[in-house]
Amino acid sequence: MAVYPPKPAKEPPLTERGPIAWVRHNLLSSPYNITFTILGLAILYWTIPPFVKWAFLDANFAGHTKADCTGNGACWVFVKEKLNMFLFGFYPQDQLWRPKTVIATVLALGAFAKFVPGLHRFKLLLIAIFPIFAFMMLHGGSFGLSLVETSKWGGLLLTLVIASVGIVLSFPLGILLALGRQSKLPIIKSLSVFYIEFVRGVPLITVLFMASVVLPLFFPEGVNFNKLARALIGITLFEAAYVAENIRSGFQAIPKGQYEAADALGLGYWQKMALVILPQAIKVTIPNLVGTFISLFKDTSLVMIIGLFDLLAMVNVTSNDRDWLGMDTEGYVFVAFIFWIFTFSMSMYSKRLEKKLNTDKGK
Amino acid sequence: MAEQTNSKKLGEPIIQLENVNKWYGDFHVLKDINLEVRQGEIVVVAGPSGSGKSTMIRCINRLEEYQEGSIRVKGIEVNNDVKNLRAIRSNVAMVFQHFNLFPHLTILENLTLAPVWVYKTPKKEAIETAMHYLEKVNIADQANKYPNQLSGGQQQRVAIARALCKSPDIMLFDEPTSALDPEMIGEVLDVMMKLADEGKTMITVTHEMGFARKVADRVIFMDAGQIIEENDPETFFHHPESERLQLFLKQILNH
Repeated sequence: MAVYPPKPAKEPPLTERGPIAWVRHNLLSSPYNITFTILGLAILYWTIPPFVKWAFLDANFAGHTKADCTGNGACWVFVKEKLNMFLFGFYPQDQLWRPKTVIATVLALGAFAKFVPGLHRFKLLLIAIFPIFAFMMLHGGSFGLSLVETSKWGGLLLTLVIASVGIVLSFPLGILLALGRQSKLPIIKSLSVFYIEFVRGVPLITVLFMASVVLPLFFPEGVNFNKLARALIGITLFEAAYVAENIRSGFQAIPKGQYEAADALGLGYWQKMALVILPQAIKVTIPNLVGTFISLFKDTSLVMIIGLFDLLAMVNVTSNDRDWLGMDTEGYVFVAFIFWIFTFSMSMYSKRLEKKLNTDKGK
Repeated sequence: MAEQTNSKKLGEPIIQLENVNKWYGDFHVLKDINLEVRQGEIVVVAGPSGSGKSTMIRCINRLEEYQEGSIRVKGIEVNNDVKNLRAIRSNVAMVFQHFNLFPHLTILENLTLAPVWVYKTPKKEAIETAMHYLEKVNIADQANKYPNQLSGGQQQRVAIARALCKSPDIMLFDEPTSALDPEMIGEVLDVMMKLADEGKTMITVTHEMGFARKVADRVIFMDAGQIIEENDPETFFHHPESERLQLFLKQILNH
């Protein structure tokens, strides 16, 4: 028999580390891999330079009219001139400071929340007060602010209003529906299942049509229910079903032992759900939830069909201007870019949140 | 050792099971279980897997329902009555095979959750109590870590501290060492023995026969949903009466 002393750890061989090893492992590891690498580079070569040429090198930035766009590239003058339309729709020009203040407040609160630690305690209060403040500012009609009907709201402003209201309201509603679906009470359970399956079985367009055309039939004559409010209700109810399904998938990832431990400690149903199960279920569903919210954000453009002018609809409106005919390409590229900025930030935020909430940091 | 435990003074009956029957669908899991545990008594339940040991102790804090018979804890009937359930669960704590710590909360938060939310203990006091019990299980230095950063043995000790936080009279252990690496079983058993010395009433389902020998006042053998034999450890291990227990002991001890 023999005894062996413990050995110190050595570095891996040179061929297994550094950038050369990375390229060999990831780009050139097999004939297939080499083919895909070449194909990928070719696609980038064919698409990126022409786009850069159109969007930047040959593009026109200076000037105020269509006549200033002389090059072959994009005419960004159009976007520049119509920027307020893209951002705020038909919101009266002299009142634009109001939506701008609301947006500035959001940014300021975001920054404060990051740097002023004490603000956390007022989080709920702010969440309750801010929508009221935003509505007062945007809608006006009191405090000496002139009335701006919601039909005048448009562009990015409208998109953000619909998306944020939709997200904020569908989230708690979705949680309740998911809890309902898990419920042991057969009536609550079947109502939740029926609602979720029904809503998931119809397209959002149908829901919006129903909200805008069918819903008013149930109101007494003369009651004119705001079009935007109807769209908001439709979208919220629609998204809640998807949120509910996401959260349900999160519930399924929670081991039975978590419920039992909570029960054994004496937690009641709502305490168990709110303190133990939901935080974990939501954590595992963050990628799916954010996916749902991203599609909600993009689906807001469907409100166009019930006569609301969101960001995407503004492309039609602005490029139909007689002075700017034929500018849809620039409009669509610009709008796509704005959509991308928002959806990409949402997915970055979700990644950060996942990281922050990850408690399995190893030993 | 045996004389020492036998001479221990036991109190009033604190858990009483009378003719408890339970079925999972058509499957009869618990058959006419009769068991009385006295204040301060340490009962170890042994038996092959699927014999109903865990199910029996899980009926005591109503993680499982039973269909016939009655279970009383400190004279309170274990049933669906919310008030009874609350009283029982504040008095009966459980430690699970897989620890079941809450992974999204730190060790300290795991311990203070129930005291703060269920028993409305002021937060400062809850933290003090929690730290006291964490020290007791030798893990106070890990209070601000998350469960998944600890080893299995450490997690189980935290789970024991969490169970102790509401100072229950009764501790139920459901195979507390079965999911642990062999090297970590000892540290958990040490903590359990410390509790046993302090006079907590304990019912432990375990395969650790060494633990049963050292600290149990009574060992119960279950098979196929029945209590087959119960005896003091000395008789249980050295002069088992039933054939089934003789076979069981032969299989688990002769290696």
